[in-house]
This record gives sequence, C-alpha cells and structure tokens, in this order.
Amino acid sequence: MLTPEPQKGNAELVIEVQDLVAHYGRHKVLDGINLTVRAGEIHIIMGGSGSGKSTLLRHLLGLRRLTSGRISLLGQEIEGIHRQALLELRKQIGVSFQGGALLSSMTVGENVTLPLREHTRLDESTMAIMARMKLEVVKLGGFEHFMPAQLSGGMTKRAALARAIVMDPKLLFFDEPSAGLDPVVSAELDELILRLRDAMHMSIVVVTHELESAFRIADRITVLDGGKILISDTVDKVRSSSNSRVQDLLNRRPREEELDADAYLARLTGE
Amino acid sequence: MSFGHRVEKGYAVVELRGDVDLARSPEARALILQCLEKKNDLLVDLSEVAYIDSSGVASLVEGYQMAKKEGLKFGLIGVSEAALNVLRLARLDQVFPIHADLDTRIADDG
Repeated sequence: MLTPEPQKGNAELVIEVQDLVAHYGRHKVLDGINLTVRAGEIHIIMGGSGSGKSTLLRHLLGLRRLTSGRISLLGQEIEGIHRQALLELRKQIGVSFQGGALLSSMTVGENVTLPLREHTRLDESTMAIMARMKLEVVKLGGFEHFMPAQLSGGMTKRAALARAIVMDPKLLFFDEPSAGLDPVVSAELDELILRLRDAMHMSIVVVTHELESAFRIADRITVLDGGKILISDTVDKVRSSSNSRVQDLLNRRPREEELDADAYLARLTGE
Repeated sequence: MSFGHRVEKGYAVVELRGDVDLARSPEARALILQCLEKKNDLLVDLSEVAYIDSSGVASLVEGYQMAKKEGLKFGLIGVSEAALNVLRLARLDQVFPIHADLDTRIADDG
C-alpha cells in the first residue's frame, strides 16, 4: 500500500480514521483503514464492487460498529459518543443516500424540511424559505408539492441532496451520485457538488465507482480494494500511481485472482 | 456579539455581526421584521458578518418580501465575498438590491 501524503501544516481534518478493522460475521471487510479528509475538500472514495467502500461509508456514518480502530468526525470520536453529542454532531452532517431515501408519504418540500423540523426551532416561514432555496440550488424550484413517486431518478437524487444540505452541513456524504443517471444529469450533479464546496466551504465525501465523475470533482481520492486502501492521495498522484491494481481499476481491467487450488476445491465440494 | 440597528439618512440600518446561523438567525429575523413593521425603509448591513448560513439568508428573503408588500425600500450593504457566495448559490445575488454602503445606495436611489 502507498502511504497517504503527509498532513500539510494545520489543515483542519474533518475525518480521521485510524487502523479501522471491520467484519461481517467472520469475514474481514475492512482491514487496517487509515484515512483523513480535510476541511473544504471533495474526497472521493472509490473502488469496485465488494471493495469495501459502502461498508466504510456505513462506518463513517456510525451505522455499523467497528471491530477495532477509531473514527473521528469533526473532531468527535464516534465510538462511545454520548447521545446528546451524537445528535449535535448529526446536525452538522448531511447524507445523501444512493436511492434517495425520501419518505414516500411526504411531498418533496416536506422531505427537505424534515431535518429542520427535527433539529431546529426556526419559524415555519424560515424553514419553508430554506427548503425552497435548497430546491432552487438543486434545480428543483417549484417541485416542492410533488410526491417522490412523481420524480425521475435524477430528480430524486437532487431532492435527496437538497434535504442533505438544508442545514448547511459542514460535512456532506454523497453515496453514488452518478449511479443510474445519464451523463448530462451526472455532470450537472458534479457541478453542483463543486459549487457547494466553493460557496459553503463544505467538506464532501463522495462514494462512487464512476471514474469520470471522480476525476472531474475530486481534490483527493482514496482507492479501496479488497477492504484495504491501495492509495489515498491527490488526483494527479492517483493517476500516476505505479500500483498495478490501481492502474487496473483506472483502466477497468478485471482482476486476475490468484487461485488457491485447495481452497477452491474445498469450496466446490462444500467442505 | 449582538445585532444592532440605527436610523441614518432616512433608512433604518440593521447591523448583523459575527455568525448569522441557526442559533442566531431568529434574532436577525425578528429585528428585520420589527423595523419593517415600523414602516421604515430598510438596509441590512452585512459588513461585520463572519458567516451567514441559509437560515440567515432566509431571514433576508422574508424581510425583502415583506418590504415589497409594504411598499418599503430594502437592500443589502457591505456584503462580504463569503456572504455573496452563499447568495450566489441560490442566485439571490440577482434578487437583492446590493450596494457597497449606505451612501452608494442613496446615490443609486437618485
């Protein structure tokens, strides 16, 4: 594995992961993950299917317990965090899930307003204006009365993004923004992610397997493979990496797995 | 750092300072609406604002809408680059009358 480049001076870290190990049952899915994300950067986590990127995201969101290691978000240790501190932390973090995760029984506007209703005591009129502003930002102005079922795939992702950013989070997680979208809509979302970073100084972690999108928006890229980090560095350094597996992924070459004959035979015979 | 207001050259000027965020935007909103309820033409001075979030901007939007309904003048002055970026994100830089300071606004009023 290539080691991440040394931290520059006093760059504020919004995510610090140290020696993270995680299992699904007996199967090790993350193995010795060390990762840092700096304030105001777009950090792409990429890798093929089964690389561990979605598992890593779930751990960063505190949705799964880690086997060992530590995770710190916005300076707060996740493991053993008190309930009140966790609530405060979540106010500063936005998440846009892959499928959108909009509540189907609520209008788009109600979905976007939900975090404000849950976490703030703002006036009704302020919340409504904030929700409409964020819908304008994601180019869904005028769609607040639509139901989620009436939206296309791209619109659903944008509505989910509007909800994720309605509280102006310091840290935004975006899971597979480009999946299932046509190239134009995908490029529009990329543009929006860049604008959020620049206008709001938001730190954004994007989990994706879309290379084109990753290279278009990334400040730094972490490449995962088989639950380990192959490289975590700037776009240029990832592109020019001499690691053959990194180059395989960048050039979309399938992995040639080494065959363990005994293990293979045992699998086939069910022993 | 609390917000202030003054009356100068025919305008009520609301001075927002420091962070105008989820915690403090209700205070900013109340002050803006209060001035407008007194039928004052209103400028909001953002020159001392370190950070303004969407809830702060929403208070400005609500104030502008109310001023329009009441036939009062409204505008922003001393808008920092950081605040302008937040306004630009929702294209509100094209909506609000924005001037460098009170005198520039008055000159523009003719």
